[in-house]
Amino acid sequence: MAVETADVVVIGTGFGGAIPGYYLAAGGARVVMLERGPRLATEDFTHSLQLGTFTRIVDDIRGDGVDVIAGNCVGGSSVIYFAASLRAPSFVFERTGTLGRRLWPASISRRTLNPWYRRVERTLPVSQQSWDDVPYPGGVWAAACARAGHTCNPVPVAVDLARCTNCNWMVNGCRFGAKRSMLLNYLPAAEACGTDIRPLHEVQSIGPASTSGYRYAVSYLVLDPDDYRVATGSGTIEAKLVILAAGAMGTPVILQRSAAALGGMPAAVGRYFSPNGDRVTLALLDEAKVTQLLGLERAPGVAYEGYAIGKPIGSMTFDYLDPSAAEFTRFSLQQIYFPPITNILPEDGVDGAPLWFGVDKKALTARWRSWLTVLAMTEDANEGVFGAPPPSGNFVRIAPAAGLGQLSFHTTPETQRGWDASDAAMKTVVEKDGLARHLLWKATPNVQSAHPLASCRMGDDPATSALDDRHELRGHSGLFVTDASSVPTSLCVNPSLTIAALAERASSLLLRRAGEFGLSVRPRVPPPGTTDAMRRRRCLHPA
Amino acid sequence: MRRHRGELLRRLRGERLLVSRPVDETLALTRRELLKAAAAAAATWRLAPWPVRAPAAFAQVPPGDPFITPTLEAFSDTLIPGAKRSPLDRAIAGADTGAGAVQAGAIELLNFPPAGVAPALPGFAAAVNARATAYAADHGILLDPTVPPLVSLGFADRTALLVELLDETTGDEQLAYFALAALVFLAYHTAGHLPTAEAVRSGHPGLAAIGFPAPDADGLWRFPQFSYRRMLASRHPRTTGKGSPP
Repeated sequence: MAVETADVVVIGTGFGGAIPGYYLAAGGARVVMLERGPRLATEDFTHSLQLGTFTRIVDDIRGDGVDVIAGNCVGGSSVIYFAASLRAPSFVFERTGTLGRRLWPASISRRTLNPWYRRVERTLPVSQQSWDDVPYPGGVWAAACARAGHTCNPVPVAVDLARCTNCNWMVNGCRFGAKRSMLLNYLPAAEACGTDIRPLHEVQSIGPASTSGYRYAVSYLVLDPDDYRVATGSGTIEAKLVILAAGAMGTPVILQRSAAALGGMPAAVGRYFSPNGDRVTLALLDEAKVTQLLGLERAPGVAYEGYAIGKPIGSMTFDYLDPSAAEFTRFSLQQIYFPPITNILPEDGVDGAPLWFGVDKKALTARWRSWLTVLAMTEDANEGVFGAPPPSGNFVRIAPAAGLGQLSFHTTPETQRGWDASDAAMKTVVEKDGLARHLLWKATPNVQSAHPLASCRMGDDPATSALDDRHELRGHSGLFVTDASSVPTSLCVNPSLTIAALAERASSLLLRRAGEFGLSVRPRVPPPGTTDAMRRRRCLHPA
Repeated sequence: MRRHRGELLRRLRGERLLVSRPVDETLALTRRELLKAAAAAAATWRLAPWPVRAPAAFAQVPPGDPFITPTLEAFSDTLIPGAKRSPLDRAIAGADTGAGAVQAGAIELLNFPPAGVAPALPGFAAAVNARATAYAADHGILLDPTVPPLVSLGFADRTALLVELLDETTGDEQLAYFALAALVFLAYHTAGHLPTAEAVRSGHPGLAAIGFPAPDADGLWRFPQFSYRRMLASRHPRTTGKGSPP
């Protein structure tokens, strides 16, 4: 039987995979995209916390010292993300971390990335929230910041604000087609140019191709849609070019498993993982003080009680992003809603054991509507390390949406310094004059991250980076990594826009170099169109 | 053992039960004897090494199972306490008023196939009872052999034991206990075994207690009123035109 071939195989369909998948397909390449999760459309997304609904597309991966949330569907984490779309502060690109030298490649700075940020902002597109668009929790956070002497901004979001119903079910995927996930832009544009997207295809490894003119053989298992632990088939596709974008929790695992077949891996594969410095804490608001101190009332006699209402992210302060401050002391503080699947995590607010369950915790959760959760995105020290890969997949799946990963994260003093600083800042703002009580997430000592990064990072130093500044895996020509794992450091803001901008930049470089890999494609391709007809017009070979 | 036997007799007569009590000096039990009792209880509760792999065919805990279900109920009720269902209720300690995790459907959720843990529940119950037995031995508590060891402990001791299991244990064992605890929380806080709209409409006690909002008639949520619609802070002066930090 003939071996299946494609010009390009893209592994993963999130920001990092959808963007190069589109550009290469529009440029004229035959592209196959392999996605381990299922494919859901707008009408398939639920408003339900019943297990078996959202758990089809979200994974909670528990490691040693760290828990990570990641998407598992066509569109990847863009389907479940909260759509905050910010450019990383300039100082982030100059970070030196614990190594004492610049961690980002010299060719990438905020200035050089700005054109790619701009392109993504137009393509998704990103909307600017006015104060009229900021939901109650974001309003309370902004007012609390102002009263404490700080500025606070509405957060730009990749949301069609006219279509958005402020339902607060973003983690389930957007039922109203308002959240601009990859399902609404780059992926349909790629398909208009003939890209074949295959859901439930979980890539296991990459090896050398056996067909002349092709470099890599990508091997996958086909997963049972009702139980991802069960494989119903397997296959291999050979490609001239491979784009690996399985996410920061998937990419390093696939590469580790491929090391023997490919003749070794750079030492930085599976090292330097960053949780984006994520740190969530809780303010339990005193409703009377919300009116008394902040002058807020959302209905007669109701000051707030609005935790569950709105878009999950409304406002944030940039006041702690001082470029002149020392590294590991800078962070943003962003209001963010979490559905009650995370209610186990906060401490109960009463001294002594038990810290997070029992009668006092039940009393705390009875005031859930008066909660205000804030995410600090700090500068961490990239201390996460992946262990040996599991037999298959990216982690050992123990339940539909739960798995045990090989990632360990032992917090360094530098990272802890950032969290101590963000905790102190948050406490100062919310406890001023008794507005709220500041509580920590204490049910588990594990770091909680929804923004995994840097596990296969790029840089200029081969000893501490796996990719060069064009996202090519060192020592493996034609194998590119364009997802969150390529981002070298935590970003102090939500990472999606930076991941997308880097993928745009990488795609542009790839189109120009395609000939090196035996591909005949146009060197320049415009961003995706917004209608089917426009999308087809951008394709060299429309589907 | 006279006092203990009297307690059992009172129970048979339907009198108010003493779930557990510290060993009275008059019982004159040595620590060695207590440990023997603990070992016997552990054997009774089919102590198995952790992690326990239940037979694949074992789909869920049989309804009315006299050992596993009360253990899971006691575990759940310790995490999110509720009122006793009847004066004779042993599994629920009655440490709080209103509904707790059990009333919110913790056992239903643990047996709900998408939760993926039903086959492990017998092993989990055995393990937690083994730890309850050891706890009782360590603290000089005489267990009531007519109920699972965890159920035999009073609420304060159940709580202390769960602090040990959830916060002071490490490795795979802690992971398993925490995973079960997380599911119990999901039962109360999300009605994870039910469609959420249906659960809210039918008055699911956990969702009602936290104040989870109600959906529209079509079962979807929309909030036409969602914003104070006021400028509530000054923007950072160096914010870019696209709303990002400089």
